[in-house]
Amino acid sequence: MEIAINKLILAAVTTSRETVSGVPVFYAQDHEEQEWIAKTLSRVLEAIAHDLGNGTYILVRH
Amino acid sequence: MSRDLVAIVCGMAVGTLARYLMLRRDFRQYPSYPHAVINHLALGFVAAMMGAVAIPAIVAKEYTAVTFLALAATQFREVRRMEREMLLALEQSELVARGKDFIEGIARTFEARNYLVILISLMTSGVTFVFGAFAGVIAGMAALTIARSLMRGQIVKDIAKVRPARVRFVGPNVFVEDIHIMNLALAEIRDIYTQRARAVILEPYDDTAREILANVGQRQAIAHDAAALLGVHREVDTAEFMPLLRRDPDTGRVGMIIVPIEPDEKCLVVAVENVPVLESAAVNPLASRAGRCATD
Repeated sequence: MEIAINKLILAAVTTSRETVSGVPVFYAQDHEEQEWIAKTLSRVLEAIAHDLGNGTYILVRH
Repeated sequence: MSRDLVAIVCGMAVGTLARYLMLRRDFRQYPSYPHAVINHLALGFVAAMMGAVAIPAIVAKEYTAVTFLALAATQFREVRRMEREMLLALEQSELVARGKDFIEGIARTFEARNYLVILISLMTSGVTFVFGAFAGVIAGMAALTIARSLMRGQIVKDIAKVRPARVRFVGPNVFVEDIHIMNLALAEIRDIYTQRARAVILEPYDDTAREILANVGQRQAIAHDAAALLGVHREVDTAEFMPLLRRDPDTGRVGMIIVPIEPDEKCLVVAVENVPVLESAAVNPLASRAGRCATD
């Protein structure tokens, strides 16, 4: 049987250091930088940026 | 020309013609021209030949030949495998995948059409053998017409009402009316969605239709066909623009969102309406007592 991981958090981009751990984390100074990093990572990783609503974006490969 | 030969020639001709008429080369461009078409015509010719010689062989008491024919017919299972493997291999290159269910449906159709050709040419050669060539060709054409009407499956329009719908955002979450589609973090992507996205709602007519639309493969087939017809504003590195269909679990309605190249809502509705209902998605809960009872 083929086993594949379909949904995978590849990275997190946050302005709030204490809210995220356990995955590659990119810290941003402000919201603008967060958007830029998240956009770049989403293109490079072919992933989608999702907003958790607590200052953290996660990049998920679907 | 002997009676056997006339029957075989008529059966082969009508059978091959039937296979040609059953090759529907519409917008899907599948089978691709010219090589895949030649492959299928050649296989159709073989199938027609097998059907055409059966009756003269039985009349000539060549039972061994008939047994071999039955054995040869099983080879058409290979057609299904061939189509399935090829389409699965090509799936990697599609911006919006067909999905396994759609591929299985296509492969099954290709196999089934060869069996239909055998039946049509059998009918033609049988009638020709008994009543002559003219009657045989008429019978073959009648068989082809009946086969085509019986094999015509349902399309989405038959099971659900498709209507344009409004796209809205609540924070980062995109909705089609009240159906949640996904969460989009990037403001730039949300702007593109606000300006260019188009949406439709599929409202199933009954419980059977609701269950068909619940099938993930059926929804993927809808996304694929809509993207193939209207284009999709997507590149390999922009996964956000994958057309998506999400279901409202309370009502069974399905919301679809797509960022098409051609932002014409009417065309989107027509594209969605004409997607075939997949055999693998077809269920009929209303045929059972429990299903009917649950409907109340």
